[in-house]
Amino acid sequence: MNHWPFVIASYAIVLLGTAIVIWGSYAAMRRAEAKAKKLSKRK
Amino acid sequence: MHAYANPTRFLSLARPLTLWFLILGLALITIGSAYGLFYAPADRLMGDSVRILYIHVPTVWLAMGGWTAIAIASIVQIAWRHPLAAVAARAVAVPGALFTALGLITGSIWARPTWGTWWVWDGRVTSVLVLFFLYLAYIALAFASSEKGGVSRVTAIFGIVGAINIPIINRSVVWWNSLHQPASITVGGSSIDSAFLWPLLVNVIGFSLLFGAIVLMRMRGILAETKVEARLKRMAAE
Repeated sequence: MNHWPFVIASYAIVLLGTAIVIWGSYAAMRRAEAKAKKLSKRK
Repeated sequence: MHAYANPTRFLSLARPLTLWFLILGLALITIGSAYGLFYAPADRLMGDSVRILYIHVPTVWLAMGGWTAIAIASIVQIAWRHPLAAVAARAVAVPGALFTALGLITGSIWARPTWGTWWVWDGRVTSVLVLFFLYLAYIALAFASSEKGGVSRVTAIFGIVGAINIPIINRSVVWWNSLHQPASITVGGSSIDSAFLWPLLVNVIGFSLLFGAIVLMRMRGILAETKVEARLKRMAAE
């Protein structure tokens, strides 16, 4: 049995899942920090 | 410990650490995975499927480490009322659940060519699946009863009680007859050949740093949201 399709599938899933959680966390952080900065500038 | 209870002080440390953890984590994962995929030899028994373990082991390590962090943060929240402990516990939950799911999926893909089946209801696999459900329940509880960006006392107690599953996962291969191999790396040493061990260790460190960066990003996001909420409440009251 050729094991490489299993290896490639595993790495692809981990890469995709990790990229999604990094991007999601980064985008949420930037959005919240920008909102907080904008509000703190308002009097 | 309370020195970093002040969010401003915490953020002054978290901002540079987020970037460094992210860069170092991604660099180590790239090196470890490239070595594991293209330079490390195939295993005599497992063949090329051994390469899956270079990402499977770090994801399961983070699944268990994530819940351990939730339990410690919950104890700190309840015992010392540290305001950032609850934020940290909430920040760990989603990435912890994701890495548990990735550990289960990669384990299942590895099992097909190695054991000849996608799934077995043995002690190790089942206890990790239970951990995934615990994460889902914790996330539901944390979002349903959020307090000042953190989690409620009930959620914290659930985080501590759920930690009972961590030693069960760890000892499952010893307590029950299982297809899953016993621990290869223990406090006493490692039974893995260095050709397989190094890419594994590099990836474990890399994924741990990346997990740290993700948690810091989520903590910063929660703190900023809390600040916005407090500000809006003050503005509405004026």
